[in-house]
Amino acid sequence: MLIIKDLHASVGDKPILNGINLEIKAGEIHAIMGPNGSGKSTLSNVLAGRENATVTSGSVLYQGKDLLALAIEERARQGIFLAFQYPVEIPGVGNVYLLKAALNAQRKHRGLPELDALDFLALVKDKMKLMEMNESMLYRSVNEGFSGGEKKRNEILQMAVLEPKLAILDETDSGLDIDALKIVANGVNSLRAEDRAMILVTHYQRLLDYIKPDFVHVLVGGKIVRSGGPELAHELEKQGYAWISDEGTGVAEVQPKS
Amino acid sequence: MNNTTSTLEGIISQEYQHGFETLVEADALPRGLSEDTVRVISAKKNEPEFLLEWRLSAYRRWLEMTPPEWASVHYPPIDYQDIIYYSAPKSQKDGPKSLDEVDPELLKTYEKLGIPLHERAILAGVAVDAVFDSVSVATTFKDKLAEKGIIFCSFSEAVQHHPELVRQYLGSVVPVQDNFYAALNSAVFSDGSFVYIPPGVRCPMELSTYFRINAKNTGQFERTLIIADRDAYVSYLEGCTAPMRDENQLHAAVVELVALENAQIKYSTVQNWYPGDKEGRGGIYNFVTKRGDCRGAHSKISWTQVETGSAITWKYPSVILRGDHSVGEFYSVALTNHRQQADTGTKMIHMGKNTRSTVVSKGISAGYGHQAYRGLVRIARAASGARNYTQCDSLLLGDKCAAHTFPYIEVKNASAKVEHEASTSRIGEDQLFFCRQRGLSAEDAVSMIVNGFCKEVFKELPMEFAVEAQKLLGVSLEGSVG
Ligand SMILES: Nc1ncnc2c1ncn2[C@@H]1O[C@H](COP(=O)(O)OP(=O)(O)OP(=O)(O)O)[C@@H](O)[C@H]1O
Ligand SMILES: [Mg+2]
Repeated sequence: MLIIKDLHASVGDKPILNGINLEIKAGEIHAIMGPNGSGKSTLSNVLAGRENATVTSGSVLYQGKDLLALAIEERARQGIFLAFQYPVEIPGVGNVYLLKAALNAQRKHRGLPELDALDFLALVKDKMKLMEMNESMLYRSVNEGFSGGEKKRNEILQMAVLEPKLAILDETDSGLDIDALKIVANGVNSLRAEDRAMILVTHYQRLLDYIKPDFVHVLVGGKIVRSGGPELAHELEKQGYAWISDEGTGVAEVQPKS
Repeated sequence: MNNTTSTLEGIISQEYQHGFETLVEADALPRGLSEDTVRVISAKKNEPEFLLEWRLSAYRRWLEMTPPEWASVHYPPIDYQDIIYYSAPKSQKDGPKSLDEVDPELLKTYEKLGIPLHERAILAGVAVDAVFDSVSVATTFKDKLAEKGIIFCSFSEAVQHHPELVRQYLGSVVPVQDNFYAALNSAVFSDGSFVYIPPGVRCPMELSTYFRINAKNTGQFERTLIIADRDAYVSYLEGCTAPMRDENQLHAAVVELVALENAQIKYSTVQNWYPGDKEGRGGIYNFVTKRGDCRGAHSKISWTQVETGSAITWKYPSVILRGDHSVGEFYSVALTNHRQQADTGTKMIHMGKNTRSTVVSKGISAGYGHQAYRGLVRIARAASGARNYTQCDSLLLGDKCAAHTFPYIEVKNASAKVEHEASTSRIGEDQLFFCRQRGLSAEDAVSMIVNGFCKEVFKELPMEFAVEAQKLLGVSLEGSVG
């Protein structure tokens, strides 16, 4: 589904990603861990098409196509979803309005009829139950005045409604209390499917207790320095990132020359 | 200087080469303005003597006045002798002969707004034999209104059938010498709307110019007068979302509202006149004087406006809070794109005790758009307990546009409370990215964010109007991202 080859990207003239290689197949869940500032969000953003990071070399194939050639909304319509580390507020725009516009834009692209207000509400209310969200949230402005945890849940609600092919969740677990974490994990697990892949960016093993990944990757200094199965996350939890750096594949080596 | 751009003496001494009588019969007057022009207009409309005198006094005041220069708008000087001040209604001789002659951008806009084909030609000013669906609707409405004693007609009709009301209220809110454009309008106004709601009557429907027969071609000097008598209520809608093309570049309208004791007037405008092409060529100059007078205690006047059209807008719908406990409101969305310029705002003049006013202004600039909010809040010495709240937000799209805020606050009574909040923001890159990541096109995303920004104003508009206004904003912003 996704093949990333030797991907380099910079913000301004500062290199952030320094040769990422990663292959993700349909049905798989990949966890990406790594210290603050290592480039996890940048990678997520580059995949979603955000323009503040520039790809300097490398390639990304998504469903056999050149992903980097597509505009942000085209990627979204072809099934790429990013749950934001810092969800965005849009004053005055109703949550339900945004969701409906987004879903219908995507349906239109796929040649499906647009959902009318009634069908749409039925669908959303169903998904809200799953996320254990209060219906009143639908009628508030997008994320405005939402608590940190509510914002994160709202992201997953959007994902549940849009049913993407490749979901990238950037630290969706940060800022969630224990109960909310379970609810979010439930929501994510219910979306696990043969034809759907997910990238979970996280700092904590805890999330991976609920959502079992197939692979865990460690990103340091803009490069994947270690990949393994779920057990890798446990080791990281115990030993921290220094352990990996000390093995000689760490930061010093991949830091760009200035 | 040629003889059409005249000096003051030139204007005064100028006389028609053709006789007065032939002019009254002609379809249109020759270009130029003189005392005779005013007389001919008045005679053509068969006006009573008082009105002719009133027009003439306005004309004489106008001669002594100069166009205001304080507004932050720029345009070449207007040659007032190069304007035709009267032409018979529905004369479309100078208009485009077919849709092929109309700015293709304008046609695209009609399409996007979903305007029916047969209406597009009318709006673009093409000469067509149109049958308005609205005519029959209007007649039914008129009967219903007449039952309640409501007068809703063209200004000319009002002059013929209700001269006493016209005489009593005309110019009582905006005096002839108020400003250059108001004086000009008073001298040569063509037509407009007249509304009178009798005491205790709540007008059962939104009154809209659209439903008034003969609302087309009211000309460039429109005059509107609305009176809500004691305990009356009326909601009035002006304009439509379709961009109107007009041969006349200069528009100088005057709107006067009078609310007597405990009466309420809600006046909503959607103005989308032709803004000119991308370079600003051919757009309309909209120099309007709109003012409401809360004459009675506990009266209320609300202005709500969505301004997206015109090349230049100069407009300050205001409220004089004369009656004790009266309330004035101003909710405004103004959008400037491409080369549009707008200098708009409001004046809240507190004279009565415990008067309250609210101002919410949302300005959006895109392209090379240039806009200024200019707001005056004046609390007179006698206006104890007066309160004003002003919120003035600007949203910028791109880095070539500009927004300025000029608040003027004059407080002469120590018990007054005046609050002013202002903000300027750029549309957030993160908001745009977020919306597009969810599958919306960049244009839809901008339109959604901008509509969110304007929500406080839109919710003041009557429902259908609000929906149209949202769509309009989206269309007006197209091409402003990327
Ligand atoms: N606009 C920017 N200007 C300058 N530096 C930036 C910008 N955006 C990101 N960076 C830098 O890029 C690096 C990678 O940032 P990124 O957000 O991808 O890290 P992360 O791995 O997601 O970290 P965290 O775990 O804290 O979320 C950081 O050093 C950050 O400061
Ligand atoms: Mg991050």
